[in-house]
Amino acid sequence: MKTNRSYTIPLIALAIGLVCCFFINISLGSVAIPLSDVFNSLVGGEVSKSSSEFIIHDYRLPKAIMAIMTGSGLAVTGLLMQTLFRNPLAGPFVLGISSGASLGVALFILGGTAFGITSTMAFGKWGLIIASATGSFLVFLIVLGVASRVRDTMALLIIGLMVGSLTSAVVSVLSYFSKAEELQQYIFWSFGSLGDVSWQSIRLLFYCFIAGLILAMTHLKELNALLLGDTYAKTLGVNYTRSRFVIIIATSLLAGSITAFAGPIAFIGLAVPHLIRQIIPTSNHRILFPAVILGGAILMLICDTIAQVPLSEYTLPINAVTALVGAPVVIWLLVRKKKLVF
Amino acid sequence: MESQPIHTVLSTENLSIGYSSKQGDTMIASNIDLAIPQGQLVGLVGINGAGKSTLIRTLAGLQSSLSGNISLNETLIPNIEPQALARQLSVVLTGQAISKNLSVLELVSLGRQPYTNWFGSLSESDLQSITSALKATDTETLKNKKCYELSDGQLQRVLIARALAQDTAMMILDEPMTHLDLHHKASVLKLLTNIAHEQQKLVLFSTHDIELAIAQCDQMIVLQNGKAIINTPKQLIQKGVFDALFPSENVRFDSKAGRFVIG
Repeated sequence: MKTNRSYTIPLIALAIGLVCCFFINISLGSVAIPLSDVFNSLVGGEVSKSSSEFIIHDYRLPKAIMAIMTGSGLAVTGLLMQTLFRNPLAGPFVLGISSGASLGVALFILGGTAFGITSTMAFGKWGLIIASATGSFLVFLIVLGVASRVRDTMALLIIGLMVGSLTSAVVSVLSYFSKAEELQQYIFWSFGSLGDVSWQSIRLLFYCFIAGLILAMTHLKELNALLLGDTYAKTLGVNYTRSRFVIIIATSLLAGSITAFAGPIAFIGLAVPHLIRQIIPTSNHRILFPAVILGGAILMLICDTIAQVPLSEYTLPINAVTALVGAPVVIWLLVRKKKLVF
Repeated sequence: MESQPIHTVLSTENLSIGYSSKQGDTMIASNIDLAIPQGQLVGLVGINGAGKSTLIRTLAGLQSSLSGNISLNETLIPNIEPQALARQLSVVLTGQAISKNLSVLELVSLGRQPYTNWFGSLSESDLQSITSALKATDTETLKNKKCYELSDGQLQRVLIARALAQDTAMMILDEPMTHLDLHHKASVLKLLTNIAHEQQKLVLFSTHDIELAIAQCDQMIVLQNGKAIINTPKQLIQKGVFDALFPSENVRFDSKAGRFVIG
């Protein structure tokens, strides 16, 4: 697709913004660490306090990396879904994909006792990912099935809402039968959290993250064609059934694995593509894709910095912060632009 | 144009169109035999429900036929790979939910997709095709506009520019003149005539504007009572095909004036 002008400068600006946010995020927290120490620690140099070294390596760096992967991944799913559904309101949360992942995790954590199967946690982190990704994949298939029958936007949003209600209903039922510690585990998971993740888990998420991004990247041309709708895309030689399948797989892989580790995180997927379109007014996925990756990471790092409540002992649930930042952004866009375009 | 041997671009053989469902097939028209050469503007007319859209969709490969064959450049369409087909056949549709955030330039450049690599990189010749498509449709000045800023008439020209950039032997348009005023209808029709005659493409479009089509088309296909009649507008008038097009109580065709009159 030929764009009207080059967007190299905004992309570079976003990349610089990401690096800045990354350092600020690591530097701020309950204890402020000078940026020079952050930099030295990351490149393996001398750090003025050994406790800083410990905080950075064992807590803040993994958290920052989680924030980057979570923000980028969710933003990409938002972009993919807005194009696939040709609907500006599409996003993993609104369409119930995140709820599907929650349902999978609820069944995984809480279902063990409820169904009389013991030690589901024996399957560990992989089990959590598979449960979460399966949940999001199934919901995605349902939503897509409905979307191909009814072209109505409202119907899709209602489906998303219904899946959300269904999830909370199933969770209520399961929690009635499950052990207190399992329930607590699920509740904490549902608040969303980027911290307390081991390097091993990060590696696991990284594989899913990269696989999802690569799948999406191989279909940027098809995504551009889909901006004209599926019929036009077919007349341009696009294998619609296959492309749609790959896009679904990429989306559920990203949304599922991220939700498994970080919990259900609202609004990033919906808001980031729209914010990016304000800075970079193109529809070309070859430009939007990297821009959304950078933008998602930046917004998530900012949300995480806020969630840490710098220089205090408090930590807010990340899910609440993204909603507090994301929801007004969407409202502001609607009021200012009168309409959302995709 | 140079004296090239004129060859048949589109041909159908014993084609039946309609819808198949679990309850069985619903035939809309049958025994359609067409053979249309390059460089012609062909209008498809018929009353509502006669099957214009079904025929358009079937010829464009968007819907399967009930029976019979469709060939494009002497190859059966089902035997052509989707990407290769997209290099021979371009389509302009109505009522598609296209992303209105696309700029005109972006939209037209999408027409080059059948020619680009997996990543969609545009070559120098792709850029040339885009520029000449914009020029031919007189939409160069619009190229930095977003689609939501365009009027209906402008958007229709831009959609035609996209199909033109696809550089195909045949272009199929589904009711390209609906929702346009007379001035813009005429401008679209002139544009289609130019594409057919100057670029030697086969341009097939469906329309309700029978009188405009009679004035401008090289050939017309009339869908009527499950049959398709193809001929030049003049012959069709002489044979009285248009007289029976509509139920007689409201309109009749004045063959001398070449137009319909109420009464």
